[in-house]
Amino acid sequence: MSEQPQPDQLAKRRRTKNLALAGVLLVMVVLFYIITVVRMGGN
Amino acid sequence: MQATDTAARLSEAGVTHAAHEGASVGDYVQLLKPRVMSLVVFTGVAGLVLAPGHIHPVLAVVAVLCIAVGAGASGAINMWYDRDIDAVMSRTRGRPLPTGRMAPGEALGFGAVLAAGAIMVMGLAVNWAAAALLSLTIAFYVFVYTMWLKRRTPQNIVIGGAAGAFPPMIGWAAVTGDISLVSLALFAIIFMWTPPHFWALSLYRSEDYERAGVPMMPVVAGRRETQCQILLYSALLVPVTLLPWWLGAVGTAYAVGTLLLGAVLVMLAVRVYRDHEGSGGDRAAKALFAYSILYLFVVFALLMVDRALGFGPAGAAVTS
Repeated sequence: MSEQPQPDQLAKRRRTKNLALAGVLLVMVVLFYIITVVRMGGN
Repeated sequence: MQATDTAARLSEAGVTHAAHEGASVGDYVQLLKPRVMSLVVFTGVAGLVLAPGHIHPVLAVVAVLCIAVGAGASGAINMWYDRDIDAVMSRTRGRPLPTGRMAPGEALGFGAVLAAGAIMVMGLAVNWAAAALLSLTIAFYVFVYTMWLKRRTPQNIVIGGAAGAFPPMIGWAAVTGDISLVSLALFAIIFMWTPPHFWALSLYRSEDYERAGVPMMPVVAGRRETQCQILLYSALLVPVTLLPWWLGAVGTAYAVGTLLLGAVLVMLAVRVYRDHEGSGGDRAAKALFAYSILYLFVVFALLMVDRALGFGPAGAAVTS
């Protein structure tokens, strides 16, 4: 069984997860924008 | 029944549901089985490169991304379903679910959302033939292999191996929007490669599988039968790798290269066959397992290089 993480460790992990999720969302926005441009260009 | 077994096995392994707060970004990455994903992506790219026709580079990248995410999603759902047996196998007990770092529902939700997202984006951005193949791949891996075959028959990885063989067909369909004989040949190569690859692993991990109650070939049919099957599938794989050349998709350089690679594979399979007692800590089986990974990478690399350099009669013949 893994040890219970400390509250500050949990907060740090949650913050890292939030930042990672923000990064993924940002990448998706850019990707969908580029896909739209490409598809509208007749591909 | 599955839930009861799961609870009992997790409890046996010392995992409680109290420690689910500690999942890190790395745990989510681990759920995606990145090492498996790398092989899936590579063979998917091979399908894209070998297919006749043109695809916009951005859409090619999107197709590869969808294949990677779809493979990762399958891995996450597999880890959710198999968390009970993962907890008792030394190779897998460090995963996020058996260690209690992540709640099972979180892994399932993560996998399901990624799977749905990958299929949707593939369909909308690339084409629906590739999306249909991607959804078939995920469904096959989750329902046919993980939930149905894995715990029931030693043929689990023979039939279930089809899930890992679809990526080049998806890559091909992303370009052409269809299935062809050549893409089926690429499928056949991975399909025939999977049994000797996993049975080599299971030869020196049989105790793990036995403890987990997974009926892998060495556990059910014994070591000798597994060695025979490994040799048989390795020998059959060699002519199957020649199919793309025979269908005219690639040239003689590929055929010669893949024959040499295949000869080494069969030689290693013969060494496994002769190793009755698993001497030297199953050195022969470990060597075959390691080489089989390199083998598949190099065979698909050869296909791509041959195609890119135009050694083969590329063009008309490959549209069959």
